[in-house]
Amino acid sequence: MSQIGPYTKKVMEHFKNPHNCGRMKNPDGVGKVGNVICGDVLWLYIKVGKNKKGREIIKDIKFETFGCVAALATSSVITDLAKGKTIEDALKISRQDIVKSLGGLPAIKLHCSVLAADALSEALYDYFVKNKREIPKELEDKHRTAEKAKKEIGERYEDWIELEEEMHKK
Amino acid sequence: MRKKIYLDYAATTPVDPRALKAMLPYFTEKFGNTMSLHSFGQEAKEALERSREAVANLMGAKPREIFFTGSATESNNTVLKGIALANKEKGRHIIISPIEHDCIAESSRFLETQGFEITRLPVDKFGLVDPADVKRAIKKETILVSVIHANNEIGTIEPIEEIGEVIKRKSEILNLKSKIYFHTDAAQSFGKIPIDVNKMNIDLLTASSHKIYGPKGAACLFIRQGIKIIPLLHGGGHESGLRSSTSNVPAIVGFAEACRICKKELGKESQRQSKMRDKLIKGVSKKIEDSHLNGHPQKRLPNNANFWFSFVEGESIIIQLDLLGVAASTGSACSSTKLEPSHVLLAIGLKPQEAHGSLRLSLGRWTKQSDIDYVLKVLPEVIRKLRAISPFKRK
Repeated sequence: MSQIGPYTKKVMEHFKNPHNCGRMKNPDGVGKVGNVICGDVLWLYIKVGKNKKGREIIKDIKFETFGCVAALATSSVITDLAKGKTIEDALKISRQDIVKSLGGLPAIKLHCSVLAADALSEALYDYFVKNKREIPKELEDKHRTAEKAKKEIGERYEDWIELEEEMHKK
Repeated sequence: MRKKIYLDYAATTPVDPRALKAMLPYFTEKFGNTMSLHSFGQEAKEALERSREAVANLMGAKPREIFFTGSATESNNTVLKGIALANKEKGRHIIISPIEHDCIAESSRFLETQGFEITRLPVDKFGLVDPADVKRAIKKETILVSVIHANNEIGTIEPIEEIGEVIKRKSEILNLKSKIYFHTDAAQSFGKIPIDVNKMNIDLLTASSHKIYGPKGAACLFIRQGIKIIPLLHGGGHESGLRSSTSNVPAIVGFAEACRICKKELGKESQRQSKMRDKLIKGVSKKIEDSHLNGHPQKRLPNNANFWFSFVEGESIIIQLDLLGVAASTGSACSSTKLEPSHVLLAIGLKPQEAHGSLRLSLGRWTKQSDIDYVLKVLPEVIRKLRAISPFKRK
């Protein structure tokens, strides 16, 4: 695959024209994650609907990211991967799927794909909790790990997050 | 044709065609080894000594006080480790600033593992070292103080002369038998602002060729006469035994020619670049809200502008700029091999998320007014675009 700098063409396409970016009004689930090492932050919003067979699907998905090229590209590509999928299938999306869809990532940027995968499972977790659903064990485990990182990121971005929450209220 | 504007002269510079012209014969006709006694060797040796003079001239040193090395990193390693080894019986305490280049910072960390004590001075929000802090940090066991002349990231110029003065006076007060040596890493400042090692009380100074339009692979260390340093490289005894290795004559000749050009053009050029730098800084602060200048507003290199922008990340900024034909650099964790934000930006008090959005634009000999105008046109749009995607926004 052809490269531009350290990144594949696919990564650069997503970086230049990210898909499904921006804030979502009244989402059904929100996943807010951050990487404690590099400091990147990714917020993912989902809206859940039903398909013709009556199964729940991710009807709409949007992201907002504060981060590098790889963080923006993984954010964008996970929205493509998840959009239209049943919740069951969306839960199966792994970070390897993300890396594969991008034609690879530099080794030092692989953690960005973890961030994107975590954001999606956090958004689904949020949806499950809000709707008082039973939470699959795997999702519960992922949530517990993400929670730890979230606390650290929350402290780091305290000022900015307050700012953001106020804006949401408006 | 796609625009290509290079604003990363602090990383490296292209070789000035005049320096290249001076180098070329030394690859082919005048290729001798400076240690050979025949005419080929002597021809190369003469070129080497003429080069030494030119480099010495640009810092007010004597030619025999100039020692050629392969890089500024090598010069800095030589100073830290070589002075430490040569003086370990006198003392094992070294003072550095917290905004040194990695090669000083890492050499210091290495020396800590070898039983040396390192004091890292504080700096203010502009990155300035207070000479009074140097005075306080000096003790009987101190053997070396090393403070960068002008910082490579934020461009702040340190009060080197005053620090040198303080070291001298404190040594007298402590009635030390041996001198505390004062080193400055001038890789970014040499050739860009005036340097006089005597007037500025400098004992050891590092300078580099590829930052001043000479080739890569040549640098030097000024060592005031009488100072002993244990070499890193032992062997044939080149550079008066300080640095064994066959002399890289073409690169050294290019370095020397680059020095001659700087000496001639320094005054005019630093004025020209300062004006463009100020236009850039003013333009950015006017056109981009929530943008902040890093480094000192006045005491800074003529070619350095460094900002941080709230709510966006630096690697994304530089890749966006690259797509628009502008080459720049960032201190963001995302662009570092260690995934840590720049230690310089943290030292001047930036929070990690603030250092995340840093951008360095460094000007040079071929920067034009129209380049600055172009950056001022495209940069606000780049920041706006990235902010639209960011979860964090202005109230």
